[in-house]
Amino acid sequence: MKIIFPILCILTAALLSYGLYQALVVAPTEQTMGDVQRIFYYHVPSAWTAGVLFFVNFIASIAYLWRRNTKADALALAAAEVGVVFCTIVLVTGPIWARPVWGIWWTWDLRLTLTLVCWLIFVSYLFLRRFSSSGQTPVIAAVLAIFGTLDIPLVYFSIWFFRTQHPQPVMGNGGSIDPRMLHAFFINLIAFTCFGALVCWSRYRLEVLRRQVEETQALESLLEVRSSR
Amino acid sequence: MSYLYAAYIATWAIHVGYLTYLYRRYKKLRTEIEELERK
Amino acid sequence: MSSTGITRATLVKDLRLEWRSKDAINSMLFFALLVVVIFSFSFDPTAEESRRIAGGLVWVAFLFAAVVALNQTWARELRNQVLDAYRVSPAPANSLFLAKALGNFIFVAVLECLMTPLFIIFYNLRAIGPAYQLLIVAVLGTWALVVNGTFFAAMSLRTRSREIMLPLLLFPISIPALLAMVEATRSILTGEFSAKFWIVLLVAYDVVFTMASLFLFELVLHAE
Repeated sequence: MKIIFPILCILTAALLSYGLYQALVVAPTEQTMGDVQRIFYYHVPSAWTAGVLFFVNFIASIAYLWRRNTKADALALAAAEVGVVFCTIVLVTGPIWARPVWGIWWTWDLRLTLTLVCWLIFVSYLFLRRFSSSGQTPVIAAVLAIFGTLDIPLVYFSIWFFRTQHPQPVMGNGGSIDPRMLHAFFINLIAFTCFGALVCWSRYRLEVLRRQVEETQALESLLEVRSSR
Repeated sequence: MSYLYAAYIATWAIHVGYLTYLYRRYKKLRTEIEELERK
Repeated sequence: MSSTGITRATLVKDLRLEWRSKDAINSMLFFALLVVVIFSFSFDPTAEESRRIAGGLVWVAFLFAAVVALNQTWARELRNQVLDAYRVSPAPANSLFLAKALGNFIFVAVLECLMTPLFIIFYNLRAIGPAYQLLIVAVLGTWALVVNGTFFAAMSLRTRSREIMLPLLLFPISIPALLAMVEATRSILTGEFSAKFWIVLLVAYDVVFTMASLFLFELVLHAE
């Protein structure tokens, strides 16, 4: 395990660099939008990775409630935190893309709004984690994660219908896609998924370590009290 | 296009920021472990 | 005692307590009135515009009033360590939750009944679409807020900054319900669209989260 991790890091870094090269140099410039379209190669893979991580959080939360396995809880926390980081990137790159292309920073279109709501739900999850002081925080947090994930299809449908009633600027990619663009896109997709997995794994290891230290410290203080009597 | 660079730089700034945060926490944990090992 | 019996008994007890300690009700009613007045000051549209935005204003006002009300009801339980008594009793957790949720629903509904005529007066509201649907939207929407609000209020009990935790958790998850309530109200008031989809969405939301709350409340109650 100790050897694999640095190797994976190097591999992922290489993949990310290759993806960057593909996105900025190799992929052809888009006809209508110009170079700004290249943000797409970072925006969409980040969204995908965030989605995967939130899904991992959902599964880990259920696993925790089922088996009360503390490692599942640590994974849930790690996945949520890293997911929020990637989601933040989606929310930052989205408006930066929209501004030059459509002249507006924000629009309540389906994808952006759904991303925003996911971000809000998981940030509130992280707040609960931080502010809850009882020993049963994992249970409560897992329940919240389930509620939040149940909410997402409902959010999707509500925004979808809202959009049909209030037409918004269309954000799709019209026309055919050059295969070189697809290639650049998939390279970045894989690269960011690996990157997300690695960061999540690091955060998970950190959390497990942190809990071990906390337990040891608690034991220490107990022993100190005992020996001082 | 400056927007393009802004987006890419923002992406990596956020990632680097988060990784730095993780690294700092790890360092802090390491010092705590060393303290415990000394005891 | 059957579980419906327990639910009813708990509900009656809560309502009676609420009725006896008039200060909670009075302060809530005054708060509701203040919210309406301040909103009316801040958003002073023409009659045409008011029908479009009234839905949003009314529901945001209800949302804030509901959050204050929800914080109150659990706080009382905490004060007298009633929660520990519930945990030890053989009563199923569902009954307790249902009783709390129904009590909150009645409480918030009373607030809404006060605030609505004021909004109608201040904004000269008149529904162009089918007005009876407004009642359906109000009931479904209020239940949507209350069922999740009661659940999250219970979850926030042992957190630091308890009062801010409830809206922090409630608002993001309530977004689809809020959108549905606001759009349904706007559709009915302006008569431009049919509110049917939104009502169906509210029903779906209520069903999903009522079931989730009933299913998972046991975990939360014993987790404190």
